[in-house]
Amino acid sequence: MTIALSHYLTLAAVVFTTGVFGIFLNRKNVIVILMSIELILLAVNINFVAFSAYLNDLAGQVFAMFILTVAAGEAAIGLAIVVVYFRNRGSIEVDDINLMRG
Amino acid sequence: MTIELFVFYVLAAVTVASAVMVISARNPVHSVLFLILSFFSSAGLFILIGAEFLAMILVVVYVGAVAVLFMFVVMMLDINFVRLREGFMQYLPVGVLVGVILLAELVLVGGTWALHDGTVAASDAAAVEPVVSNTEAIGNLLYTDYFYLFQAAGLILLVAIIGAITLTLRHRPTVRRQDIGRQIARRRSETLELRKIRPGSGL
Repeated sequence: MTIALSHYLTLAAVVFTTGVFGIFLNRKNVIVILMSIELILLAVNINFVAFSAYLNDLAGQVFAMFILTVAAGEAAIGLAIVVVYFRNRGSIEVDDINLMRG
Repeated sequence: MTIELFVFYVLAAVTVASAVMVISARNPVHSVLFLILSFFSSAGLFILIGAEFLAMILVVVYVGAVAVLFMFVVMMLDINFVRLREGFMQYLPVGVLVGVILLAELVLVGGTWALHDGTVAASDAAAVEPVVSNTEAIGNLLYTDYFYLFQAAGLILLVAIIGAITLTLRHRPTVRRQDIGRQIARRRSETLELRKIRPGSGL
């Protein structure tokens, strides 16, 4: 028995669910929410690479590289926003972030 | 059980366990370290499936850049992490409910996935050439068919750089900065004054 595609898909499903669960669990901590988003993107990447390998088609791996690019940019911008917010308010609780609620 | 399957299970178990620790660790520094472990073992999985280049990129980009960025922010900000964990148990039931449903659906879809014989043959948009290495094949594809997208990815990174710098850069009024334009535009008459002083009398 060798590794089947469903092995990778199941693993990606578990990691994806862990990321979504992390967003629910750490509703107050923006940094852990950002890490959960990284986990979700990792799960998506695992899916892309698995399909790319089993379909014998490299486009999936190229797409996964672009996802990596966007994830890196997203982490940088998100953390910059967290730093600026902490400077202004002295806290990063998500519940406090309601300045623009009108 | 082949050695390949054994390696897969070990790496997958480490990935999932560290992913769970990322979201449940008390200290965010530990969360970041477990995130690194998770990405590292996924890089191992990528190598196992034959995507070496992406595995190396994952290690370089995530472990080398993103995780360090997270570590900087976690350690730089003076945050009361105990307060941030209040309500942890309050969200647990609904989180578990959503998580279990989502996982069941995804596993039902993914676990029963089987490729039709014709699918592999039909999807030859970017078929893998068997003789060249993974890195070479990706390079051949990335710099030809996906060249404009590659440039667009560079633009995205540029926008991210500019955005992050403009967000965090600030000019404090108490800090004196060098203003080269003002230095060069200075005239002698603005700064220097010649006076005649008679001996014996002050200015």
